Amino acid sequence: MSAPAAGGDAVIVRDVAKSFGETHALRGVSLAVAPGELFGFIGPDGAGKTTLFRILTTLMLPDAGSARVLGFDVERDLWAIRARVGYMPGRFSLYPDLTVEENLRFFAAVFGTTIAEGRAVIEPIWRQIAPFASRRADALSGGMKQKLALCCALVHRPDILFLDEPTTGVDAVSRREFWEILAELRAGGLTTLVSTPYMDEASQCDRVALIHEGRILAIAPPDALGAGFGQALVAVRGADRFALLKLLREHSDTLAVYPFGAELHLTSRRPAAERDAAARDVAAWLAARGHPDAVVAPIEPGIEDTFMARMSGAAGEAAA
Amino acid sequence: MRTIRFLLRKEYRQIFRDRVMVAQIFMVPIIQMLVLANAATFSVRSVQLWVVDDDRSSVSRAIVDRLTASGRFVLAGSSASMAEADDALLDRRAGLILHLPARLERELVRTRRGEIQMIFNAEDGAAAGIASAYAQRIVAGYGAELAAELRPAVGAIGAASDAPRAAGGSLDLRLRGWYNPELDYRDFMVPGILVVLVTIVGSMLTAVNIAREKELGTLDQLNVTPVTKTQFIAGKLIPLWSIGLVELGVGLAFAHAVFGVPVRGSLWLVFGAAAMYLVVALGIGLLVSAMVDTQQQAMFVIYFILIVYLLMSGLFTPVRSMPVWAQWVSAFTPVQHFVTVMRSVLLKGGGVGDVWRELLVLAGYGVVVFWVAVRQYRKRVA
Repeated sequence: MSAPAAGGDAVIVRDVAKSFGETHALRGVSLAVAPGELFGFIGPDGAGKTTLFRILTTLMLPDAGSARVLGFDVERDLWAIRARVGYMPGRFSLYPDLTVEENLRFFAAVFGTTIAEGRAVIEPIWRQIAPFASRRADALSGGMKQKLALCCALVHRPDILFLDEPTTGVDAVSRREFWEILAELRAGGLTTLVSTPYMDEASQCDRVALIHEGRILAIAPPDALGAGFGQALVAVRGADRFALLKLLREHSDTLAVYPFGAELHLTSRRPAAERDAAARDVAAWLAARGHPDAVVAPIEPGIEDTFMARMSGAAGEAAA
Repeated sequence: MRTIRFLLRKEYRQIFRDRVMVAQIFMVPIIQMLVLANAATFSVRSVQLWVVDDDRSSVSRAIVDRLTASGRFVLAGSSASMAEADDALLDRRAGLILHLPARLERELVRTRRGEIQMIFNAEDGAAAGIASAYAQRIVAGYGAELAAELRPAVGAIGAASDAPRAAGGSLDLRLRGWYNPELDYRDFMVPGILVVLVTIVGSMLTAVNIAREKELGTLDQLNVTPVTKTQFIAGKLIPLWSIGLVELGVGLAFAHAVFGVPVRGSLWLVFGAAAMYLVVALGIGLLVSAMVDTQQQAMFVIYFILIVYLLMSGLFTPVRSMPVWAQWVSAFTPVQHFVTVMRSVLLKGGGVGDVWRELLVLAGYGVVVFWVAVRQYRKRVA
């Protein structure tokens, strides 16, 4: 069946596996992305995000499993997929020696279209980079480069967009602007798959998949990921973070403890409902062991906590 | 077709925007021609001559004069003892010791035979061989003159080695080199250097250019488009192919104008053969680019291939003096065949009828290399 199924999922991945020699980049990944969804892949470097994107954009063949994009099989219908997807690889990959406008015109041309025809789609981004239209691409700032790359991926009006770590190495302001653009595109109904190593960006997505060592740990809307966190979570702040970390590992309630910004986050064995009591216990326990200044407070789990908990297997399968 | 046109436009734009590249296209053939044609010559000039003249006669002085007057030898010094001359040879102040023994002139008149000794520094065997041939010819020529003058009193004077006793003998040998009558090495070298140029441009630029797209990640970007393999390859190779032909034109025009290298045959044939040969060179570049990930790797692999090809091609050393297995290898390098065509057409005025075999080999080579290269180039990783 090579025709796209009307009303079906935009992306269907079934048990996809891919190895490079001894390295298992993907160990059986399955997921489905609905049309119009802004779907995020969150995971550390080497989790398998890029490999999955390369398979979905027909640059690589899976070792096992199957995948469909817009209803087309990634192995058999590659030309149908290539004509319909917009892809932005992780590295900036436009021609540094061509100008902004030349790059855009070139990528429009290879899709058999023109900038004018794609204008409506790229307008919000093009407005921002148009002042630099005649500048060579290698003379752009990091954020501008990403916007140009996004323009080039959009100029042929794709039905689906794959963005592989579009904000890696981009400053905070440009990152925010970039996500604002993605929100606008979602409002326009464009299905978008985006990967990122930054946990905080997940909250911008409709749904996120946590991916680690080639496996999907969880798929859920960003706020539900935290809700699925069954354990009490407390933040500990103190002068000697390293000593605290070592000490807290010995506490009888501790499932996992890890640095989080300036604090330590401790996942307790006690259920989420008892987090106030858990925090009081930890504070008293620390005071008795020479850390009376340690500040302990119960907190709501963020995506990163969920991620850490799932990586260490501390938080059941509730959110799966 | 429209897509290829855009790919071509982009490629030409990138090439001509790169100042270094443009400078290379026009300057490299000229510089290479100047350097190689002057440096990579087989003629030997200015051999340092050290004289040990124990005779001090008119004959001994005349021999020294003849040698230095030829322009091939420069008088670097003289001494009374051979020991000093040996030292000069050892520390490279001399390349040739000419020892004229005492009573040379008297012996010559009395017995009609004279013996002189020449000792060459043969570290560089080829150069020493050529210098010794010059010296023998000059001494033998003088001997012939002497014989004519003093006949029948004096027979001949010859070098201590087995120099041809052409002079005064009954056999009169006259040598004439055809197609390159002055044995000008430049005429011989330049067509070969043009081949080197075209080879480097063809394979090196292709491999590095495509490896660069891989490095930049633009190849991935381009692969997720409806651009087909054929379109991509055509878009890459047509510009480089045309640059190769322009390079050949610039180099040939320069060689003709400045060095007076003859163009005796048809220019159409020269460029037609080059067009075919470039397909081979580009195919090699394409093949290498399919195997490597970075520009650096591409350059190293191409260097390796080019060095083997060029040394085996008969460009610097005659193929016939190689061992049989090497001659077979040589027959399989496309470079040799193109060098043969270039020399034949430029120097001998050869036509298609003279070089059809080489053209056929080039065409066959082009088809095979190109076919393998296109098959190797994949739009995705398995």
